[in-house]
Amino acid sequence: MALLALVRRLAPPALVFTALLGTWEAFVRLAEVPSFVLPAPSLVAATLVADRATLLPALLVTLKITGFALAAAVVGGVGLAILFSRSRWIERSVLPLAIVLQVTPIVAIAPLLLVYLDPSTAVLVCAFLVAFFPILSNTALGLASTDRNLLDLFRLYGASRLQTLRLLRLPGALPHFLGGVRIGGGLALIGAIAAELAAGAAGKGAGLAFRIVEAGYRLNIPRMFAALALISLLGIAIFSALALLSNRVLRRWHDSALDQDK
Amino acid sequence: MGLAMLDTTRPRALVTLHDVGKVYATGTVALANIDLEVRSGEILTLLGPSGCGKSTILRLVAGLDTPTSGVLSRNHANVRGTVGFVFQDPTLMPWADVFDNIYLPLRLQGQSRNKAAPAIADVLERVGLARFVKAFPRELSGGMRMRVSIARALVSRPRLLLMDEPFAALDEITRFRLDDDLVALQAELGTTIVFVTHSVFESVYLSSRIHVMAAHPGRITAEIEIDTPSIRRGREFRTTPAYLHYCRQASDALQRAAPGEDA
Ligand SMILES: Nc1ncnc2c1ncn2[C@@H]1O[C@H](COP(=O)(O)OP(=O)(O)OP(=O)(O)O)[C@@H](O)[C@H]1O
Ligand SMILES: [Mg+2]
Repeated sequence: MALLALVRRLAPPALVFTALLGTWEAFVRLAEVPSFVLPAPSLVAATLVADRATLLPALLVTLKITGFALAAAVVGGVGLAILFSRSRWIERSVLPLAIVLQVTPIVAIAPLLLVYLDPSTAVLVCAFLVAFFPILSNTALGLASTDRNLLDLFRLYGASRLQTLRLLRLPGALPHFLGGVRIGGGLALIGAIAAELAAGAAGKGAGLAFRIVEAGYRLNIPRMFAALALISLLGIAIFSALALLSNRVLRRWHDSALDQDK
Repeated sequence: MGLAMLDTTRPRALVTLHDVGKVYATGTVALANIDLEVRSGEILTLLGPSGCGKSTILRLVAGLDTPTSGVLSRNHANVRGTVGFVFQDPTLMPWADVFDNIYLPLRLQGQSRNKAAPAIADVLERVGLARFVKAFPRELSGGMRMRVSIARALVSRPRLLLMDEPFAALDEITRFRLDDDLVALQAELGTTIVFVTHSVFESVYLSSRIHVMAAHPGRITAEIEIDTPSIRRGREFRTTPAYLHYCRQASDALQRAAPGEDA
């Protein structure tokens, strides 16, 4: 039953995607477009396999940076959100700074960071910065929108602040937090890619974005597409993993996970 | 406030409000000159139109808020765990199953799960939800959620149970059933209950005393004693002439208090 439902859900997008690739392939072949102008999907796939020795390590680098940045953003975002919920004063003094960092485009910050930090650290910091804010603001919102009656109930039973945080505020903020993580995960990848482009770092620590730049210099268009395809796949994988996680966690109680289960 | 003014002439009063007023920060005079006594073992209902300060009184009695004038004294009723509160909405934690929701008061008092389990099983049995220990709030009907909420309020064995229009959102059939259950539970446990409602019928059916209230400012305008022995309470009570008589009396009192307003 569940399998059938899954197939039914996945079939339409898969169909559209296949049709798109088919048209692309047919167009390139029939019009005899040279591969340095537009490579056919089949050639991109072949390049993926042929260049795996350069592309896969780059994929791992980007994945690792994104993962670390997201993890740091979760720790930092949740930690700061908890501080905010404890003290208006901290919130008022720190939030503007977080907003300034958020509204300043990361591509503009990246070159500056590269002056002070070594490239791989700078990339990590950029990815962290963009992932951090949505997690912070979502979690802070979640912590602030605790059910007032439940708060009263906790007060009535003499709950300590720590008990209230652990048993009420934090679990109550979970849906908001997970929403923030989902946004943050996608942004961390974007931040990492943008910073890598700015860094233009070569060598062992090079991620997918640098491979794109490098392949561009060499007019190796198929490899550019192959690296791009890997970035898309990575983005899809991150998004799906986080969506799955959030569904797993919320499925028995939250409306946002309602139609997925059973 | 900390010093309970124990009135020795009335040893049965759990909570006493003397000339209590409440003005909110917004300037709203929610309550004025409230004299009220919650007597041990009774079901006292506060009956009145929306906005007359019923919830405010409950919050004061619970200690969730403080009066801005007058004296409120408690007879040991504010010791941890001796006050239960049931809100208009079930107010359950959606991320916790029925067991954990009911465990909450005991958990906050530091009891272990194992030690709390018998008490939880007992209240679940009483509210007829023994089969649903592992269910989550979303998987229950509105009436069942309300039962969980009541079970949670009862699990710490409160001497005083405060209920703020607990059944207002339910259909009449469910509501009558829960009213019946509440009367039975109260007869068995002897819990003192302050029950807020805007239903004349519910107030007469449940309580031993009714305080009729009016708004602007919130005040008590009439007090009705229901002189029916608790043995005669139960489903049949709804069809007796006495019941109808009291309903008329309460209804008239409401009308007099707020002519033109609908309860
Ligand atoms: N936290 C608050 N701040 C300011 N005013 C309040 C607050 N709570 C209640 N009030 C006001 O006090 C008055 C009494 O409110 P209360 O909630 O006690 O009425 P109620 O009898 O419980 O009404 P209902 O039947 O609608 O629940 C109302 O005018 C309300 O607007
Ligand atoms: Mg109310």
